[in-house]
Amino acid sequence: MNTRLHGTGLTLGYDRRVIAEDLDVAVPDGSFTVIVGPNACGKSTLLRALARVLRPKAGELVLDGAALATWPARRLARTLGLLAQSSIAPDGITVADLVARGRYPHQGLLRQWSAEDERVVAGSMAATGVADLAGREVDELSGGQRQRVWIAMALAQQTPILLLDEPTTYLDIAHQIEVLDLCAALHEQGRTVVAVLHDLNHAARYATHLIAMRGGRIVAEGAPGEVVTAALVREVFGLACRVIDDPETGTPLVVPAARRRA
Amino acid sequence: MSFVRTGGVSLRYRPRAIVCTALLAVAAVALAVVMIGSGEFRLTPAEVLRTLAGDGAPADAFIVRQIRLPRAAAALAVGAALGLAGAIFQSLTRNPLGSPDFIGLSSGAATGVLAAIVLFGAGSAAAAGGAVAGALAAGALIYALTGRHGAHGQRLVLVGVGITAILTGVNGYLLTEARIEDAARAVLWLTGSLDGRDWADTGPLLAALAVLVPAVLLGCARPLRMLEMGDDAAHGLGVPVGRVRVALLAAAVLLVALAAAAAGPVAFVALTAPQLARRLTRTPGPNLLPSLCMGAALLTAADLLGQRAFPGHQLPAGVVTGLVGGGYLIWLLITQRRTGRL
Repeated sequence: MNTRLHGTGLTLGYDRRVIAEDLDVAVPDGSFTVIVGPNACGKSTLLRALARVLRPKAGELVLDGAALATWPARRLARTLGLLAQSSIAPDGITVADLVARGRYPHQGLLRQWSAEDERVVAGSMAATGVADLAGREVDELSGGQRQRVWIAMALAQQTPILLLDEPTTYLDIAHQIEVLDLCAALHEQGRTVVAVLHDLNHAARYATHLIAMRGGRIVAEGAPGEVVTAALVREVFGLACRVIDDPETGTPLVVPAARRRA
Repeated sequence: MSFVRTGGVSLRYRPRAIVCTALLAVAAVALAVVMIGSGEFRLTPAEVLRTLAGDGAPADAFIVRQIRLPRAAAALAVGAALGLAGAIFQSLTRNPLGSPDFIGLSSGAATGVLAAIVLFGAGSAAAAGGAVAGALAAGALIYALTGRHGAHGQRLVLVGVGITAILTGVNGYLLTEARIEDAARAVLWLTGSLDGRDWADTGPLLAALAVLVPAVLLGCARPLRMLEMGDDAAHGLGVPVGRVRVALLAAAVLLVALAAAAAGPVAFVALTAPQLARRLTRTPGPNLLPSLCMGAALLTAADLLGQRAFPGHQLPAGVVTGLVGGGYLIWLLITQRRTGRL
């Protein structure tokens, strides 16, 4: 397995609180890797470490053969894109202006809006289906539209690797699928995509590589067809279930066990 | 957004923001010229400009250059510094209340002045030094208490409110301990006044502006705009978040400290200037330069009003900005509450 982005012996945490210890992780090149696990298992923490938002307390992350910590910030931002969970759209900003901010790592004081910037921003809005919204204010959009705008911004960064922290949270089911289809399309175009998802069935359907975490450890990883079993779901989520084939895609589908009836 | 592109150079701008900024700058200078020409010894704006250019009557030259120009320059410089610092703080905290008035810097400057006057019987130069020391110490304390990760958002505002409350108590104690003439002198200082300011008072601030304004506008304005989307998003775009924030906080604290040294803690300019500038330019983002020009225009207008509004009485600029700014704050709270943003 080839991997541009991997880490060994990672200890992750905030201040004095340790979330994950002695973690080894590798993102296969060209994969759609999805990290799943129960709340507070450390999946977002791992993603933030991969994006270098959070520096590991121990261990080392490597990108393209060089320690992630030594990458210059702007060069890193041209290689790794991050859709953060906590992003705030500035008051009154338009869709086109927000997407244009994704060009920041390609710009400078005297190179604020090149012809390429313009082309890439237009292309990113077209690819995410928000071109028609270009002049609208981000505050006015629906949750699904807004999330597509944020993805367009990350896309405008033109990075070969894209990290998405819970891109479907707070969206209704139709918009969740819309966003995941978009992620799958971006993956098919050749990007390596890493996403943290809550929904195991979504993960099983869209991922090419699944990483299941519990209590700061990676419990299992691999192709969803091999990883997602009733035993694993019980181990990771503590949920009794059956795993059947998804009638649409043939990928594993987790069906929680019914409450026992008298 | 418009842009110009020639060769490898491309610049992006909003025509409205540029026009507003230019108009504000012209307004600030025009107000200063009117201020220089007004008073018991009246001069027309044309005479003022001629005198400033160096060919006025000798008597005019003395009054303009020695007495009125330093005061007008102090108004412009203090207003500009507060406007810029306010815009930086409000942008970093993403909160209109994240202004030096509320986060303890003004109170720190006041404590410094009071300590200098009351405890050490300092003259005005040493009192100015006390203002700088007090504001810098308050800034360092806020930074230490909010920590590496927390120097933003609600946390900075809340810590600042706590520090303000403590320092208000300290300031009250110092005033009660003061001899009556010291107390009177200190109170005048604490109101924020431009009366009798000369070049020695404003020199340090002018020097700081000459260095910090280009440094902030050229070096930090673009990263600051990215920071408004949140630390993680800015980080993802390649902004060295920690370094940018410390540099901006240091610049803003220094500007507030030196402004307080030049004129005392003038209230509410740092709070209102960025808000008014943003409403005028209708541009999202920190609006650094428009806020700077707005601050200069506001304080110059306030000082002109204080000098001339009530013939025979002079109001310190800080009283005028307090009255007008306080009213504005209430209006802000009411309207923001209605739109559910505060």
